[in-house]
Amino acid sequence: MSTIVSVSNLTKQYGSLTAVDHVSFEIREGEIVSLLGPNGAGKTTIIQMLLTLVSPSSGDIQIFGKALKEHREELLSMMNFTAPYSVLPYNLTTREALKVYSLLYGIRNYRERVSFLIDEFDLGWLANKKVGQLSSGEQMRIGIAKAFVNSPGLLLLDEPTASLDPAIARELRAKILKLVRKAGGAILWTSHNMREIEQVSDRIIFLSRGKIVADDSPDNLKNYFGEEDLEEIFISINREPLSKSS
Amino acid sequence: MNLLHVLGIFYRNVILIRRSVPKLFALFGFITVELFLWGFITLWVQTIGPNDARLDFILLILSAFIFWSMFELSQRSFSVSFLEEVWSRNVINIFASPIKLGELVMGFALVGVVQTLLAFVYITPIAFLLYTLNIWDMGLYIIPFFMNVLISGWGIGVVAIGLVVRFGPSADILAFFIPFLLLPFSAVYYPVSVFPSVLQDITFILPTRHIFEGMRTAITEGLIPYDSIIWATTLNIVFVVLGFLFLHWMLRLARNRGYLSRLVQD
Repeated sequence: MSTIVSVSNLTKQYGSLTAVDHVSFEIREGEIVSLLGPNGAGKTTIIQMLLTLVSPSSGDIQIFGKALKEHREELLSMMNFTAPYSVLPYNLTTREALKVYSLLYGIRNYRERVSFLIDEFDLGWLANKKVGQLSSGEQMRIGIAKAFVNSPGLLLLDEPTASLDPAIARELRAKILKLVRKAGGAILWTSHNMREIEQVSDRIIFLSRGKIVADDSPDNLKNYFGEEDLEEIFISINREPLSKSS
Repeated sequence: MNLLHVLGIFYRNVILIRRSVPKLFALFGFITVELFLWGFITLWVQTIGPNDARLDFILLILSAFIFWSMFELSQRSFSVSFLEEVWSRNVINIFASPIKLGELVMGFALVGVVQTLLAFVYITPIAFLLYTLNIWDMGLYIIPFFMNVLISGWGIGVVAIGLVVRFGPSADILAFFIPFLLLPFSAVYYPVSVFPSVLQDITFILPTRHIFEGMRTAITEGLIPYDSIIWATTLNIVFVVLGFLFLHWMLRLARNRGYLSRLVQD
């Protein structure tokens, strides 16, 4: 399996605050890796550095074997993301918003792509409604559909199911996994829903105060920490950061 | 340059304007109301002004008003295209997409060109019907002047966006204030000669000063204002390049300090 993301010694400092502290990890083709950690652990900062929204203070990010700093536009056209803090334009309809993003991601056959996404994510009944008139769960669903406009090889999902009810969250998780596996891509996923993380992840990276404190498969982590579920590991790491990297 | 990226920005703004009554009013309503205001002032000035055949007040004042409005509109539509992304909390999606800064600016400029042309095509026949103002009486010089007001608008628009990126959404008021700040120093409704000599020297760097001074020369002297056209064009190119570099710098700063996330949080 080839390496899709390679992050080495990634650090982000805001004055005296170190938000991300010498973080290194890799994500391989077909792998679903989750970032877990308490608020302020550095998860969103890492995702934003991968999206070039935040520049690293030091360290290196390689995506698809190329340096992100030098190949920004090329690499961003092969990635996509969704996050609850970044909604789609409220004054466009679902169809229009997906069309705009298809164009921004350089999709030539944007009409077919938008129709495909509307069908795939069951958005037919929302297609002509303005995004701003929809519930936060519906907006999140459209945000996830937008993340697939360019059939990304790398998907960054920052709490993608935060506003969804359990049934829709399960359905969308299955859809995300299906589409990413079909494209042979990889996912970096953050969530506070431990069950979700356990279900989808091949590997989990635990962060605490900007540092990686554990990096392994869900089962290995449970064995190592002697806990039955991830929530207990999360709580113990939050209380007293331990270190376990595979 | 990926034209699909430019088209994406343009398409998004066209939908927005077409659908929004307040935005249509901002495009056509303000200028109509202001035309009445300046038209009545001009009619009054004409009755009390000197009886000098060279002083066609209608052409002097109302053409200045129309061109200043075009400058404001070019700048405003450029800046508001970006502000709209900030107000709708969509700006992160834009900056995380593969669009280049040049393509983004090109998209906003295109939105500005279309809006300004629409407003020009709308207001000139109304000015003719109400005040017998034929803007083409100035001759074909209006084409380089029109191009220059458009470009001046982009120059200011780029700087306004840079300020919002640096200082956050609360700085959006600057996008509307900067043209107002330039108005008294651009010699729109009076000649540069009324300025104190120091101000005449300082305002020389403003492209808008050369545009309006040149237009006045064309109207009152009937001369081709080559100097004004060349200065306005040169200064505009310098200002747009500097404005673009300023925006580039502000974006780099924003990425270093994490200000981009703040654009959707403030």
